[in-house]
Amino acid sequence: MPLKFPSFRPRREEYPADLWTKCPGCGDQLFNKQLDKTLRVCPSCGHHLRMSAQARIDHLLDPGSFQERDGGLTSVDPLGFVDQKPYPDRIVAAQVATGLRDAAVWGFATIEGTRVAIVLMDFGFMGGSMGAVVGEKVARAAEAALAERVPLVILSASGGARMQEGTLSLMQLAKTVAALERLREARVPFISVMSDPTTGGVFASYAALGDINLAEPNALIGFAGARVSAGTIAAELPPGFQRAEFLLDHGFVDRIVTRSELRSELAALLRFVRPAGVAAPDDNEADESLLSRPMSLLSALADRMIGEEPAPPAQAAAEAPASADPAASGDRIASAPAEGGPRDG
Amino acid sequence: MVDRLLGRGREPGHQAAPVPEAAAEDPRAAVWSRVQLARNIRRPRTLELLDAMTDEFIELHGDRLFADDAAIVAGLTRIDGVRFVVVGHQKGADTDENIRRNFGMPNPEGYRKGMRVMELAERYGLPVLTLIDTPGAFPGPGAEERGVAEAIARSIGLMSRLRTPIVTVITGEGGSGGALAIAVGDVVIAFENAVYSVISPEGCASILWRTADEAATAALAMRMSAADQLALGVVDRIVDEPGEGAHTDHVETGRRLRPVVAEALAALAAIPVDELVEARYQRYRAFGPYTEAPRPTPPSVERGGIAGRLRGILDAGRSLGVPVAGERKRGAEDAQEPEGV
Repeated sequence: MPLKFPSFRPRREEYPADLWTKCPGCGDQLFNKQLDKTLRVCPSCGHHLRMSAQARIDHLLDPGSFQERDGGLTSVDPLGFVDQKPYPDRIVAAQVATGLRDAAVWGFATIEGTRVAIVLMDFGFMGGSMGAVVGEKVARAAEAALAERVPLVILSASGGARMQEGTLSLMQLAKTVAALERLREARVPFISVMSDPTTGGVFASYAALGDINLAEPNALIGFAGARVSAGTIAAELPPGFQRAEFLLDHGFVDRIVTRSELRSELAALLRFVRPAGVAAPDDNEADESLLSRPMSLLSALADRMIGEEPAPPAQAAAEAPASADPAASGDRIASAPAEGGPRDG
Repeated sequence: MVDRLLGRGREPGHQAAPVPEAAAEDPRAAVWSRVQLARNIRRPRTLELLDAMTDEFIELHGDRLFADDAAIVAGLTRIDGVRFVVVGHQKGADTDENIRRNFGMPNPEGYRKGMRVMELAERYGLPVLTLIDTPGAFPGPGAEERGVAEAIARSIGLMSRLRTPIVTVITGEGGSGGALAIAVGDVVIAFENAVYSVISPEGCASILWRTADEAATAALAMRMSAADQLALGVVDRIVDEPGEGAHTDHVETGRRLRPVVAEALAALAAIPVDELVEARYQRYRAFGPYTEAPRPTPPSVERGGIAGRLRGILDAGRSLGVPVAGERKRGAEDAQEPEGV
């Protein structure tokens, strides 16, 4: 008598949305828990899926170092805008879906010990669109970075300006860029990281203006929507149009960085571009300053012993001492004697 | 100080703009008739207006990098004894010219030419006048390849810190970033039938209403008429047009704009440049309302018993007014279409 096994073949319709995600790159069904472990990068094809602001905080910044600022900023409805749904209802729906107040969060944090002001955008909140709140957060982050002379990092994920706020959202382009110009004049570095997507008014303002522009692989980065471009010229667009690699080819992005390397890459860049007037890091100094802080020394040693083995890139090994204790090394930078002098950003 | 000097607002005695009678009842039709007037093919552009309102014009060409973009004209001009630099969009007056001028949709070269000439103005102490009339920056593949977004961002940045007075006039269509790129001014003036918007009404309608047929509805919702922009503070002053609109009389339109520009330039010239640049920064810094509630701290969840702990968790969520981050819907990041522009 043949044994009858129940069928375990998955049927496509039955994937619960909260358990599985279909990779937009290769179409594979990915288990969400697994996807979170791989930083939402598809293990099959390497496609970088979109990531929430909170997941960015967890992965990019030193643990526990993020201190949010201006978390209470909330959008209002200056035009009384109603399309198929009133704008205030859209805001509330987005807040419920994401747990965020608006499409960006900003604060101070450390990245491998280097203190930064950082803005993280979240595409899940109304397509990451920039209204007055996002513009205000970017401007305040830039002004605070200037006041405290710490580098600014903005991680963009946005379809562009928020239509529901009309020209007031268009004015955010000028508001944010004006603040960044002051940062540049004062020689405080700004690193722009463009993730999928960075388009429209966000790309045509702060995202394009980094001292250094980084992009995630295959991220959609462009001014006009691809459909608009295709419609305008009534022709096929070149393959890879408006993707990160296209931007790299045409000279508007410095580097394409995979998500797993973004943190160490940012840390490495931040050691080169430092706010004018802030001492350059002294690579030999790390041990000395750690000696004066016994706990830091211990954790640094532990980190080295654990850290050196799985560190194929030479960079990671070299970085180990500095990354041992974020608070301590952040401190060290602030209090280090200005012997190297400022380097031009 | 700038406000006082410039007497911001409508001139006294300003009449409600004439709108076609059928449209007078329906606000949608009223705003749509303005959009049509702003787009009228016979509407005076930068060159026609300069011809009618200035005493001299010497055009300057090229961005020194790649090409000369005919969708933006730039040059040196004069009203009486006041010499200044002008940068403005130029649409065509017929199909042939429109093709040559790309329907007033600049490529990156246009903005880079504008920046070059504005830097020249700063260097030689000349104020700047910009005239805005574009459906938007050109969205073609060539423009993307050569970095139109970067050119717009740089141009906005340059204007935000340019150490010389800038007067901006929205003369026709103020189309999104392609308009703002040369519209960051100390004073922003608009013709009464000009429009200004973050996206074209057709584009807005096709995204939010899923059909371009709702363009008039979108135009109304975005409050893109000059009068609405004045109320929002994006525009400082409105200049009336002659008769049925600027297209009916280029000379008279220029004659009306001339004293307004001259007056603004004179007022700005009296302001020390540091104050001027700071006031310009603050003008744009202040745009966009929001509320700022201190984020409530969730109450401590440490209460006795499992019921107490549950209540603590629930109350914490309630007091935040939004669900905790963990409740975020899976796949939301990827399912959504971009809502911005």
